[in-house]
Amino acid sequence: MDSALVMHRLHFAFTITYHYLFPQLTMGLALLILILKTMALWTRDERYSGSARFWAKIFAINFAFGVITGIPMEFQFGTNWAAFSREAGAVIGQTLGMEGVFSFFLESSFLGLFLYGEKRLTPLSHWGAAFMVFLGSWLSGYLIISTDAWMQHPVGYQIGPDGHVMLTSFWALLSNPWAQWQYLHNMFASVVTASFVMSAIGAYYLLVGQHEQYARTFLRVGVVCGFIFVMMLPFPTGDGQGKAVALNQPQTLAAMEGLFQSEEGAPMVLLGQPDMEKLRLDNPVEVPHVLSFLTYQRWKAKVQGLNDFPKDLWPENIPLLYYSYHIMVGLGTLLMPVMALAAFLLYRGQLYTFRPMLWALMLAFPFPYIATIAGWLTAELGRQPWLIFGVMRTAQGASPYVSAGNGLFTLLGFLGLYAVLSVLFVFLIGREIYHGPAPQPQHKG
Amino acid sequence: MQILWFCLVALLLAGYVVFDGFDLGAGIIYLFVARSDAERQQVIRAIGPVRDGNEVWLVAAGGTMFCAFPVLFASSFSGFYLPLMVALWLLILRGLALELRDHLPNNLWRSLWDTVFAGASALLAFAFGAALGNVIRGVPLESTGYFFVPFFSNFQPGPNPGVLDWYTIPIALSAALMIAMHGALWIAYKTGGAVQRRAKGMVGPLWWGVVLLAVLITLLSFRVQPHVAENFAAHPWGYIFPAVTLVGLLAIRKFHQPANELKAFLASTVFICGLLCTAAFGIFPNVLPASGDPSLSLTIYNTSASSYGMSTALKWWIPGMLLVMTYFFVVYRYFRGKVHAEGEGF
Repeated sequence: MDSALVMHRLHFAFTITYHYLFPQLTMGLALLILILKTMALWTRDERYSGSARFWAKIFAINFAFGVITGIPMEFQFGTNWAAFSREAGAVIGQTLGMEGVFSFFLESSFLGLFLYGEKRLTPLSHWGAAFMVFLGSWLSGYLIISTDAWMQHPVGYQIGPDGHVMLTSFWALLSNPWAQWQYLHNMFASVVTASFVMSAIGAYYLLVGQHEQYARTFLRVGVVCGFIFVMMLPFPTGDGQGKAVALNQPQTLAAMEGLFQSEEGAPMVLLGQPDMEKLRLDNPVEVPHVLSFLTYQRWKAKVQGLNDFPKDLWPENIPLLYYSYHIMVGLGTLLMPVMALAAFLLYRGQLYTFRPMLWALMLAFPFPYIATIAGWLTAELGRQPWLIFGVMRTAQGASPYVSAGNGLFTLLGFLGLYAVLSVLFVFLIGREIYHGPAPQPQHKG
Repeated sequence: MQILWFCLVALLLAGYVVFDGFDLGAGIIYLFVARSDAERQQVIRAIGPVRDGNEVWLVAAGGTMFCAFPVLFASSFSGFYLPLMVALWLLILRGLALELRDHLPNNLWRSLWDTVFAGASALLAFAFGAALGNVIRGVPLESTGYFFVPFFSNFQPGPNPGVLDWYTIPIALSAALMIAMHGALWIAYKTGGAVQRRAKGMVGPLWWGVVLLAVLITLLSFRVQPHVAENFAAHPWGYIFPAVTLVGLLAIRKFHQPANELKAFLASTVFICGLLCTAAFGIFPNVLPASGDPSLSLTIYNTSASSYGMSTALKWWIPGMLLVMTYFFVVYRYFRGKVHAEGEGF
């Protein structure tokens, strides 16, 4: 691999990973705020509208950081991946262009109305603004996912006379079967992230004895939503996504699972380290037959191992892919009993006073972030060595005239700038948490 | 179909320059027209509610160009790699400054972000001007359809130019002045009191600066890019664009003095649109001329997507942009009227 290519890959990987810290919270939070607003409309209880107001401030900071780190993503398709844009722009330009025209507009306009309009709008119109913010962010999510889904599983295209990809069916692009499970899995994961964050702040306020009425609302909404959505991550959404991988990218499945040899009744690996010299898994801890069953619903079914595929079709970084996948699944498995226990205590009426559970909820919020990032690493490392699966290799996609030195220059620039952003973000969020939810409803003015 | 999309992309870019232009311009003159904290908040409130929406035009222009002219998108974005990345950093800093400024009631904190906001605004306007200069002058396209320009080489618009040379620097400067004037006219329209007075005071000198540079650039352009003169000679109806530009420029002068702030701002809008149309007409059908062999130039025909792609995109683009227009209409109506230094504005 020549070093300019490495630089462009690091550049995109770093900026997209950093960017996605913000939308994963705002997309989930948009739903939770909508739920809070619905409850406020239903019960006329100030605790719900006060909570919505507090979370709208957290949302606004995350949204602003999401926008300023998001514009570089659109640009980088052209700046760093010119050969790819040239090849595939006719297809993914559609979804990315729609994202620019529709979602950005929906979100930013109605967010302004939602943040500053509570005094002027009727409660129902203010609820409507919250709904439009939710709609905008979830639509935006779909258009981005369908862009990625096309790279994972290209549909609705043909190779034109000039050798470039041509779009032949707009609807096939938008209804890509790959996108559907991936979308639900991703959006539910966002709701889980937001639920853990909401629960964590609720737990923190209860532990330090501040804003207790609001804290209980945060915990109630966060734990109920977190429990429902975390349970839907492995089944049906994760399962559906896994079957799509097994069907369309069998070598990726083998690499994710660390399955070097094809096997009938393949086990599910819980722990172990891929050894790429000896092509085996060291120290494996396995549950026999489970992988076969999950993939094909038969305990004895044959699952193809990496040995069934030529080496130049293997994902390039199998250990990292394997670990990303196992970190996502492992953390997800850990988060489920945490939320289940919290939901049980909530049902028994003991959650607000059981301090060990509150401590656990307060400290758990980074894990859904890590699991989500690991999930995306799994998806994108699993696509390698392809940029567009089966059509274009990653090595062919980078900008041919942008040198490694220039790539490093801007990568370092982004590293520095984003370090500053991180400090400011923590400061701003910390301030909002310190101020807490406003105890008084805002007066008409 | 290619011509239609060429016009649509040009429209979006013009929309970006007109709308985000006034908040960039307000940023450039910010430190000069607003001295006290209350005055600075007044300027920010005069652009704050609409600024986010104004940037939609940039994102929409980028997305539309990607969709309709993918080859142009790929070639120009990678060729202008360095200046675009710097522009991205400036956009990030500028957004950050406006976002953060009012979070702390602390003098040092505020003057830090005020300076970042003003500096980033000025540099962005300069960078967009340089970009326009590069598009007119042409870039060293190779037969692969790619190129790469450094920030500067020998400051000559010769065979291996940089982004900055003796032709593009005056354009960049005049863009900064023009945007500053546009911003000053907006501030004069939206505010009252001392801020309005100072903003109006700046328009006169800025206007003369724009006129002088405009004359210089016009002369230079015919020398650097002969294709412009050929286009006007071949299609004399195109003279309507420079004529409109001139009318806009004179109208700014006419309306500015008798305190007709809205008309002066609209005249500036006409001026900017006329100028961009003149440039677009001058290079058409090229979208990125080659500075060497003219047959290597990127045109609307050799960079466009398939006709199916373009006609499909039209079906979502038109309703999408109608929504954007409606939204703009509603927001600007909602926030109409003047912003005052004290008390509850918006």
